[in-house]
Amino acid sequence: LIYQLDHYAPRADTEKTFSFPLDLVLRPHDERVVVAFGQRDGIRVGHAVLAINGAEVNGRFTADGKDVLEFLGNPANYPVSIRFGRHRLSSNEKLMLASMFHSLFAIGSQLSPEVGSSGIEMLETDTFKLHCFQTLTGIKFMVLADPRQTGIDALLRKIYEIYSDFALKNPFYSLEMPIRCELFDQNLKLALEVAEKAGPFGPGS
Amino acid sequence: MSRSPGRKQENHKISRELFVLTYGALVAQLCKDYEKDEDVNDCLDRMGYSIGVRLIDDFLARSAVKKCRSYSETADMIAQVAFKMYLGVTPSVSCNSATGNEFSLILDKNPLVDFVEELPAERASLCYCNLLCGVIRGALEMVHLAAEVSFLQDRLKGDAVTEIGITFLRKPEDKKHRR
Repeated sequence: LIYQLDHYAPRADTEKTFSFPLDLVLRPHDERVVVAFGQRDGIRVGHAVLAINGAEVNGRFTADGKDVLEFLGNPANYPVSIRFGRHRLSSNEKLMLASMFHSLFAIGSQLSPEVGSSGIEMLETDTFKLHCFQTLTGIKFMVLADPRQTGIDALLRKIYEIYSDFALKNPFYSLEMPIRCELFDQNLKLALEVAEKAGPFGPGS
Repeated sequence: MSRSPGRKQENHKISRELFVLTYGALVAQLCKDYEKDEDVNDCLDRMGYSIGVRLIDDFLARSAVKKCRSYSETADMIAQVAFKMYLGVTPSVSCNSATGNEFSLILDKNPLVDFVEELPAERASLCYCNLLCGVIRGALEMVHLAAEVSFLQDRLKGDAVTEIGITFLRKPEDKKHRR
C-alpha cells in the first residue's frame, strides 16, 4: 500500500446520555470497545466508543487512563454521555486490508471461469462499492464509494494519469515507496471533488 | 513535448530545439566525464532505463491501449504509438527471426540527431541515442517483458539507416496470469 486517502463526507456519529444500567452490550475488540448487541437510535453493532463525556477515548482507556468497560460498569459514574460511531482505520489496518485484497485479487483472477480474467474489478455491498483498476504495470488503484456514485471508471483512469504525472515524474520519488508528493495530494483531491459533483453526493475514499 | 488535449493545465509546448540541445549537452558532458565510449553508452542506457520505468505508466495512462497479446503487437505498439507520442516519428517494424522474438525498428528520421552530422573520430563507437534503448528496455520491463535493446545500425556511424534491435528474452506463456 503506497498511498491512501480518506475523502470522507462528515461521518455520522451519535452521542447520547445514558443512565445505569447500560442497555447496550459492549465488548473489547482489537484495541477498541465496540457495540456487540443492543442496536438502537443510530447506534449500530460494530460502532466503537469514541468519546465519554466529551473527552475522546484512547483505545480501550478513557482520556484520563481508566479502562472504559470498568468505568461504564460503575453506577457511580452515571449519568454518562457516550459518543458512538464507526472508527477510522489505522494505517496498519489499512496496510493489512490492502494486502488481503491483493491476495484476493490474485485468487479471483485464477478462479475465474473465463480465460484471461483481469481480476476483481468491483465489489458490491449494501453500503458501498469497491472499484479496483489494475494497470499493465501491476499497480492497483482502489476506490471505495457510495453505491449510487457514478463515473468511477473515469475517476480511476484520471487517478492513473495523476499518479503517472505527479508521482512518477517527480525525480525524488522512488518507485514502490509511499507517495509523499504535495502535488499528487492536491490534484487527487481536486479530481475527487470533480467526481463527487458529477455524481450523486456520497462518501468516497 | 506537449501534453495531450483535455488536461487541466494549459497546453504549453516546450521547444523541440531545446530538447535536442539538452540531449546533446548531456551526451557531450558524459563524453567529458568518461573516457571510454562503452562507459558513456552504459551511462546513457542506465539513464534511459530510469526514464523508461516511469514513462511506461504515462504512456499507458495517456494512450489507454489494451494489453498486447504477442511480441509483434508489442513491437508495433512501440513503433506506431509510443514513438509517435513522444518523438513524433514512426519507425517501421520488421521481424528479424523465425522464432518471432527479434524485431527491428528502422528510423528514417531521428529528431535527437538533428544537429549532429557524424561522430568525432575519437568517439567512433559511441551510441549517441543509447538513451532510447534504455527507455524501451525499462518500459518493457515494467510490463513484465524482459528484452535486450540495442542499436544494430547507426547513420552517425556511416550505416545506411538507423536501426534499433529489440530481442524479447522470455517465452510468452507466463503472460496469461497476474498482469
